[in-house]
Order: sequence, then structure tokens, then C-alpha cells
Amino acid sequence: MIRRLKSLGSQFGSVLATLFGLSVVTFMIGRVMPVDPVIAAVGDNASQEVVAKARAAMGLDEPLIVQYWHYLTQVLHGDFGQSVLTHNEVASDIAHYFPATMELATYALIIATVIGVPLGIWAAVRQDSLTDQIIRVICLAGHSVPVFVLALLALIIFYAGLGIAPGPGRQGIIYQDMITPVTGFLTIDCLYAGDWDAFRDAVAHLVLPVSILSYFSLAYITRMTRAFMLDALRGEFIVAARAKGLSARKVVLNHAFPTIAVQLLTVLALTYAGLLEGAVVTETVFAWPGLGLYLTKALMNGDMNPVVGCTLLIGLIYVALNLLADILYRVFDPRVS
Amino acid sequence: MLVDIKNLRIAFTSRGKRFEAVRGISLSLGREKLGIVGESGSGKSLTARALMKLLPKTAEVTADTLRYDDVDVLKASERQMRKIRGGRVGFVLQDPKYSLNPVKTIGSQVDEAWREHKRGSAREAREATLDLLDQVMIRDPKKVYASYPHEVSGGMGQRAMIAMALAPNPELLIADEPTSALDATVQAEILRLINDLVEKRGMGLILISHDLPLVSHFCDRVCVMYSGQIMEEMAASDLMNAQHPYTRGLLNCMPSLMHPRDRLPVLTREDSWQEETAR
Amino acid sequence: MLTTFRTWALDDTPTSRRQAAWGRRYRIWLALRRNPLAMIGLAIVIFFGGLAILAPLLAPWDPAAQDLAHRLARPSAAHWLGTDELGRDILSRILYGGRVTLGMVISIVIVVAPVGLVVGCVAGYFGGWIDTVLMRVTDVFLSFPRLILALALVAALHPGVQSAIVAIALTAWPPYARIARAETLTVRSSDFIAACRLAGASPRRVVFRHIMPLCVPSVIVRVTLDMSSIIITAASLGFLGMGAQPPSPEWGAMLAIAKRFMLQEWWVALSPAMAILLVSLAFNFLGDGLRDVLDPKQN
Repeated sequence: MIRRLKSLGSQFGSVLATLFGLSVVTFMIGRVMPVDPVIAAVGDNASQEVVAKARAAMGLDEPLIVQYWHYLTQVLHGDFGQSVLTHNEVASDIAHYFPATMELATYALIIATVIGVPLGIWAAVRQDSLTDQIIRVICLAGHSVPVFVLALLALIIFYAGLGIAPGPGRQGIIYQDMITPVTGFLTIDCLYAGDWDAFRDAVAHLVLPVSILSYFSLAYITRMTRAFMLDALRGEFIVAARAKGLSARKVVLNHAFPTIAVQLLTVLALTYAGLLEGAVVTETVFAWPGLGLYLTKALMNGDMNPVVGCTLLIGLIYVALNLLADILYRVFDPRVS
Repeated sequence: MLVDIKNLRIAFTSRGKRFEAVRGISLSLGREKLGIVGESGSGKSLTARALMKLLPKTAEVTADTLRYDDVDVLKASERQMRKIRGGRVGFVLQDPKYSLNPVKTIGSQVDEAWREHKRGSAREAREATLDLLDQVMIRDPKKVYASYPHEVSGGMGQRAMIAMALAPNPELLIADEPTSALDATVQAEILRLINDLVEKRGMGLILISHDLPLVSHFCDRVCVMYSGQIMEEMAASDLMNAQHPYTRGLLNCMPSLMHPRDRLPVLTREDSWQEETAR
Repeated sequence: MLTTFRTWALDDTPTSRRQAAWGRRYRIWLALRRNPLAMIGLAIVIFFGGLAILAPLLAPWDPAAQDLAHRLARPSAAHWLGTDELGRDILSRILYGGRVTLGMVISIVIVVAPVGLVVGCVAGYFGGWIDTVLMRVTDVFLSFPRLILALALVAALHPGVQSAIVAIALTAWPPYARIARAETLTVRSSDFIAACRLAGASPRRVVFRHIMPLCVPSVIVRVTLDMSSIIITAASLGFLGMGAQPPSPEWGAMLAIAKRFMLQEWWVALSPAMAILLVSLAFNFLGDGLRDVLDPKQN
């Protein structure tokens, strides 16, 4: 018991160290700019006194360590500074935009898992057959195409070409601001409000971006499932299971799959983290009002506070998901005791 | 006649080259105990797996006859084979660390073997399993039932494997190097256990091993395999009178308390043994 | 001459270290040759590499030459891939864009692989606090999604090719350190390393002459597999306006501009998209094949 606590403790310690390093890196990014943030804030024509005052107010005249300390304490209080573009607190901007990204990522993950895992199992069982080759090429293509290329293609074909998909954005214009946000997930909120038309509209807008994102996650999930299954199917216990007279289906699903289930869980956790990254570019193409769009707008305008804030947040989520994956492994795998 | 094999050949193709691992094996077996002895790579495991049609699809299996009782294994469908596997032929593999599913409890795996061939409820399966675990001399069946394979010793794991193989009451038991992964002290116990259970149930036994004296002690007949062929076949009691130079070489290599020697001879392999002889 | 090399390399009893090394390399090549997809990948990589290097000789037009009278023209005999929004020949721009991409990728790999290798081997061999510190740093960089960190870095520095290279390099090195460290840990306690140390080899010699060469195959496989990811990240940066800046013919930047014309003049976007896709696929095929050959356990 003591040993378990000790190992958990050291794990948390290392996570804390990583988070500390994260904060240092994001701080450095924010301060490395060649553009003077003071000038960016007060403008080119401000007088010397105004500049000096602003510099003092921003705390930029103090040594780097002190600045870092201010930064750290602010961050721990949830203060990410202000956005020059939107004039809001970055923290509130993030809270406003993040649910939209989460909605995309969550649906994409669900679809990718539901399709990807069986596909990976199928490919492993039919190794080297035509089915396997096709699946492998599909996965490889997902790994080799930039997200935005596929997103653009999808928009052209389904929106401009066939006209069956709605335009960019999360909702049609007439539905904007009609639904009160409860969970932040537009689809769930529409159901909660009982508004079927808005719900259908929200779903219609979700289809393309979610399909693109889930394709990319699917490529990864299928590939990992296939690799894990191939490894598992090589085990002697598979021969023993077949020797008991079990059908191929039982062997694959009841014997091979359970041995990789926990590994898959960790893959899913990591995939969710990767989806956040994919969302950044996808949202740009679909004008989806999520964290990615917020980030890229800030990037293009040199608005560093949101950039640093979003980077820190995404880094945090990444670390949290990795930790979750690790914990899942320790809790659920009977081999790790 | 339970097992009838004539001119069995197993070949593998890897990286463009074809390699024959088993070249014309013939053997037959009734309700008796047959030992198959050979070094690694002699093809003894492959023969047993071919009989149960457990080889991968990449293996080319041909034979004049490959029968289990009334079933022609070569022509049998997967469905027919599934009735034979477990139900009529039990298989004990070498290392319980690898041959038991690591994420399932031992009890659930033995239950599964029982339920696959005997229709019964989960509770009946559990009772049968606990009884079997008792029969294989496991002292605390309930505890082992709930344990995972990595939580028990090698000897206990192997006992569990035997229980798993015997659960559906098969007619024949194939034990593929059942004691090679165990400590020397446990080896004899496990083999004695197999011997007792097989005799008590009136089963046939194919014992595959590289340990010549072990096999000769527990079996009625012995087959010596080398390089995919059977070099010699005789009654276990006749082993000392073996004719083939390979068998004689193996016998000579064994240290003996009765006949101490200064140096153990080295077995020199003749190339002529590799040639195929018509049997 | 080829047959004498072949017999020399494949000799089962090599008499010199060089012969053994070449024998190993040749066998790897033979094994790789059996994999059709890997060969296709290799062919495409060499083809594009050749195109990129020879671009000044092959390009029919100056990639910066504008011809506003013939903007957005369809593919024709004069312009095999058509022209873009400023009348520039797309084929020439693709060729020169290949140079930009190739340059970026080479710059990144030259820095990233050795740094990751050294960091990982040192951390794995010495262990203790060196290992902890180095791995902590590695973890910090690994805990950012690559594109996000690269974007943030580029935004902070100044959008452009140099910043993109620095940013991608800073995000790309951690996996190599991890791989090298894992290999080092498995090798560290082996007998031949102990033999080296008993013979009096300094830690530096052990790490650089004995351990690092063993980690090279895994790193090479990872580099090849990573190539497509690096290319895609560079293209993504270009697409978001954070990488190579116009008028540079970088493929991602070309796509960003072509986006506006996707509805009518779709061929403007097709060429850079296909270029990115083909090169990425090629590296993935090659990397997969290399991995199968060098480490068949990891399927």
C-alpha cells in the first residue's frame, strides 16, 4: 500500500514538474516577441511618459524572474490577461469558445472509436488480405493528408458542389443566439430547450467538421487497434483458446480483445488530445467559433495573451489526458499489480 | 485407433524460400501413451498441432492419411474441428505464463473450457471447475479460481492448464513439453499427475518432450524425431536396445549414476540422417 | 562490378568491420526491396528530391514571373498545371516550393535527430539526476501538441521560414530523445558494454562509439516516419500564414491563397495538395517498410 502511494506520489510530482516547465515555456513565448508589447498596446505615437507608465503598469520593467512570478500567480488565479482584439479577459473568452471545440472533439472521438476499433480488429484478423490492405491505405492516407486539405475538399464537394451541407459556422443565421447555453454543447442545449429545428440545424453544421476530424482520429485508432490485435493474436494463449474448441469470433472478441482493451483506452485519451490540435486548423476552414478560431485570429494579429493562454490550456489538457491514460492503465490492467 | 497419421508433411514459405519442417511422419495411436522425443526444430510440436488443425494458414499440410478416429482432419470443416478440439482432444501447452490468458482469472478460463462442450449453467461450471482444480492437486481451489495467471506459480499454472484440458472429458490428451518451463522438482510431480489422470480416465496420451528418460518412464511407446522425420519407434521398455545411431547418441549423452564416466560424449550428427527414407 | 560487391557484402564470414557493416546495409536493402510499397515510397521520395534539387533547370517559367493577362488559366501545353491568381506558372512554383519544403525538412532533421539522439543516450546511460532533468525537459516539450506549440513560437518570433524551422525543430526533437533513451536502457546493462568499460573506455567513448550507433536504426525509422508529419506541420503553418510568407512558393502558403478560388478554379489548389499528399504518403510507405525491415517485432 505504501509503495503504491509512493509511486502515485512520485507520478504526481513529475506531473507537477511538467506543468511547471509548461508555464515557463509559455511565459518565455510570451516574452520572446520582437514586437514590443508595450508599443502594441499604446500605439506608435504615444509619448515617452505614456510608454514608461504603460511599461511599469504591465510590469515589464522588472527582472524576468519577478515577471515570471507575477505570471504564475496570475495564471493560478485564472487570470490570463486581456485580449487586445476582443478587449475581454482571455479567461472569459476561452470559457466562451472552448465548449464549441469540445463538442467537435467529443463527437469526433465517439464516431472514430465506434468505427475505428472494429475496423482495426477486422484488419488484424484478416491480416495481409485485400481488406487489410485497403484499411491500411485508408489509415495511411489519414496520416499523410493535412487536415485542412481534406476539410477544403469536403467543403467544395458537399457545400459548393452538391449543396447538401450547410455553410460555414456552427448555426444558421436565423438560429443565432436563440438557444440558452446550458452545457455549452449546442446539440444537447437544443434538445434541452426542445427546439427541434435548431437541433437539426446544429447537427447539419456539425456533420462536415466532425466527419473530417473523426477520419483523422479513426486513422490513428484503427492503426493502433490493428497493431495491438496483431500482437495479441501472436500469443500462445490464443492457440490454447482455439485448442479448447472456441470459435474464431470468441477467440478474437473474448480472448484477444480484452488483453488490449486498456491499451486502447490510453490511445483514446491521447486521441482526444490530438483532436484539439486538429480542431485548430479545421475550425479555420469551417469558421467554427471554437478555441481554434480564437487562437488563429489572435495569432494572425500578434495578440499574444490569447496565444499564450490557449497554448497553456491545451498543454494542460494534454498533460491531464496523459495522466488519465496512465491511471487507467494502473487501475484496470490486472497484469499491473 | 484414435490417431492415424501416414506420410504427414508440413512446409512453410518464408521470404521466398520453401522449408519442409515435417517430412513424411507416420504414426498411430490407440488408448495408450505415446512419447514423441526430439530436439528443438525436429517438428514434434508441429505434428501435434497439425492433428488439431491449429497451424497458421501459411502452413502447407499434406498427408496420405491424417485422421482422428472417424474424422478426416484434412477434409474436416472448421466446425467439425471445433467439436474435436477440447471435446475429444485436450491440449496442454508448455508455459502457463504465456498459454493462459493474462487478463482473465484462472477459474473463468477453466469454466469456459467446460461450458464450451457441456451445456450447463455458470454455477455448474464453477462447481465442475473447483472439482477439477482439486483433482489436479491444487490445495486451495477457491483461491486459485479467483487468481490471475501471473499471481500463481508455474507449477500451479500448469495444473490449471491440465484441469482446463480435462474439463470437457476428452479421449486423448496431447501434452506439448508440459514440464519444460518448470523447475526440476515440480516436473516429476506434474508428469505423475498427468499419468495418473490419464490412466484413471482411460485416455490416450501423446507426450511431447526433449527429455528422453522422462518420456521413457511415463510412456508405453516412444518415437524419436529428428529434422522432421521419425528416426526410430519402439516400446519404452525397449529403449536401451535402440538401433538408430541418433537414439543411441542421445542415450549415450545422458549422465548416469550407474555408469560414471570421465567425459560425456558429444552427439555428432550425420548428414545422412537428414535424407528422407521411405517408411 | 556489382556482382563482386554483392558477393563481398554477403560473405558469411566478413574479415573486416567495413565488410560486415556493408553486408548489413546491403541485406537491409535486399529486404526492403521485397516490399513493393516501400519501393514506391522510395521512388517518389527520390523523384521529388530530384525535382526539388534540379528545379532551376527543370522549371519552364520563373516562379515569380507574373502574367496578369493569363491568371487562373486552365492547364495547357504552355502551363502544364495552369496558372495561379497572379498568372504565375503553377508547375514552376510547385518545383520551387519543393525546394522550400526540402530545405525546411533537411534543416529540421539535421538538428533534431542528433540532438535527440545525444540527449536520449546521455540520459539513458548516466541515469540519476541527469536522466531526471533531461527527461523532465523532454516531457515538457512533449506535453504540447506539436502544431500548437509551433504556432505559438512562430507567432512570438516572426512569421517566416526561419521561425517555422526553429519552431518545428523545438517541437520535433523529444520523441527521438525518448527512443534513444529507451534503446540505451536496454543496451546499457548488456555484457559487451561492461566489457568496454572494463577495457577502460571513458563514458564519452562508450556512449558515442558504442551505444549511439545502436540507436541509429530506430532513429532513422522514426525520422522517415516523422517526415510526413513534419511536412504536414510545415504546410499547416504555411496555410495559416505563419510559415513561409508570400511570394514564396511554399505548398501550404499556395493552398491558403488557392482557397479563395476553390469553387471555380479548383486546379490551383489541386497541385499543391497533391504534392503534399504524395510526398507524405511516400515517406510513410518508406518508413513503414524500413520499420518492418529494421525491427520486425513492431508491426
